Amino acid sequence: MQTTNGRAVSGDSGIAAVAPASRARRRLSWLRGDRALAVLVLSPSIIAVAVFIYSFILWSFYISTVKWNDFVPNYTFVGLENWITIFSDSRFLTDLRNLVLYAAGFMSQCIILGFILAVLIDQKITGESIFRTIFIFPFAVSGIVTGVAWRWLMRPEAGLNLLFHSVGLDFLRSPWYTDPNTGILAVSVAGAWQFSGYVMALYLAALRGISNDLREAAAIDGCNTFNLYRYVIVPLLTPTTFTAIVLTGMGSIRVFDIPAVIGTGAAFGADAMANYMFTLTFTSLKYALGATIASVMILLSAFLVVPYLLSMRREAEQ
Amino acid sequence: MTFQRLWARGAIYIVLLCFAAYYLMPIYLLVITSLKTNAEVNIDWMWRLPNGIHFDGINQAWPRVSANFINSIIITVPAAIISSFIGSINGYIFSKWKFRGSNTIFILFLLGMFLPYQGILIPLVQTLMFLHLYATIIGVIFVHCIFGIPITALMFRSYFAGVPSELVDACKIDGSGFFGIYRYLMLPIAFPAFAVVLIWQFTTIWNDYLIGLVVLSNPLLAPINVAVQNLAGTYTTQWQVQMSGALIAALPTIVVYLALGKFFMRGLLAGSVKG
Repeated sequence: MQTTNGRAVSGDSGIAAVAPASRARRRLSWLRGDRALAVLVLSPSIIAVAVFIYSFILWSFYISTVKWNDFVPNYTFVGLENWITIFSDSRFLTDLRNLVLYAAGFMSQCIILGFILAVLIDQKITGESIFRTIFIFPFAVSGIVTGVAWRWLMRPEAGLNLLFHSVGLDFLRSPWYTDPNTGILAVSVAGAWQFSGYVMALYLAALRGISNDLREAAAIDGCNTFNLYRYVIVPLLTPTTFTAIVLTGMGSIRVFDIPAVIGTGAAFGADAMANYMFTLTFTSLKYALGATIASVMILLSAFLVVPYLLSMRREAEQ
Repeated sequence: MTFQRLWARGAIYIVLLCFAAYYLMPIYLLVITSLKTNAEVNIDWMWRLPNGIHFDGINQAWPRVSANFINSIIITVPAAIISSFIGSINGYIFSKWKFRGSNTIFILFLLGMFLPYQGILIPLVQTLMFLHLYATIIGVIFVHCIFGIPITALMFRSYFAGVPSELVDACKIDGSGFFGIYRYLMLPIAFPAFAVVLIWQFTTIWNDYLIGLVVLSNPLLAPINVAVQNLAGTYTTQWQVQMSGALIAALPTIVVYLALGKFFMRGLLAGSVKG
């Protein structure tokens, strides 16, 4: 399509179309002049991404199959030995469980809070921009800052527990991140505090894209507010929900900063996979084992992202 | 009917105010703790407002993070500017100079953006050591610029896609080439896109912890968020020090967000790919 466009406008490609050029030349005709320049200018970025992302990923997978669990690099091939070690490692297995818990807590909080906030803000509220600013601003704050604040909010003898006690809501007191089984859920509260405003912004933009005619038509058909959301709005927001699921799912796999501040908790109850990968690699110098966790993280993310990008691509082509 | 409506409106505002309180609570805690005197810092008084404005916490935290604060500026400002510039050219190519396979390359860029950094940390350190960029500020800037390629290309691509192709064709007829169109058509109208991308990159790079931690193992060169995390680890009992450090670390991005929130919002939506 782009070539036809160029041919109609610029002279030289028009000549190329008239002259019975060889097939090889015609195949290369798109790569001439300014378009060749464009490819040339883009190529450093292509190379950078190819090297720093894709070849590095392959390299991580490769390192996960060698013996390098020491300060000195050792590229002796050991097959799946590191993978077997990791998948029988108790801290890693706890981290897998934590990943499931964190994803459940983080994704549901972000999506439910994000949706509710977006719907509330969409009700032609006075001071809308103030509320929007407040809900999104945690996203401008770093994970470390979030972690520092929430670590004190969730300290068993301080913060929220103190607040609950002072207003007589003692049943709400919780061990938070110190719980050996569900500590990571406390971390997910901090994570969702930071990210739910982002999800709200996504939903709000989508809500604003739904035409008022549709709402009016539903109202004329006798649809009450609840049914309007249940049967009209929520189904129309499905693509946004899909985006939110992918983004929060990725966030669950990569979470690192907040657990880095809060700590591993009791019996690694608040530990995340990324933190174990980091400790194993850069503190214990077990590079191959670290690379194995890295590979697990890449595989998990790929399961989430590849279908998402493929669906986007199909959409773009239509 | 009207009473019922009024009641419903009131309920919406009450719920919104409760949520607002929830979202502001951690920052409230950071601010009040930073403004207390050392004597006032006590777990039982944790939620109480300070007796006055004092800077005990800030005064203790600042000397321990000031060098890192400056490091963060030295890293963030050039990295944000360079990566925005690279992004503007890449976005221009992806939107106006499509070639065979360019859409596939773009999708591969996006895929790279989503994958967790842990997946590439070990080769990254090896490569930076090989290039003698490990544990240098230049090395961190370099890494941020490379990891910014996908997102900045995405943001500029969606912006430039809105420029009508007829305008580009008109420039071609007038004899402008690849660089001419970029320089005289795209750049002059790209200010809003630059604002969005610069703010996005500034926030992302300023808030980075992992890259700074891995690449700059030297605590003197470390960026602010690494220093704040170290404070949190060492000053476990003097929490006013860690909280003040966190407040100092959060201040630049909060100021940018409050001052330029409109552009930040647009970045949010563009960053979700769908925008």
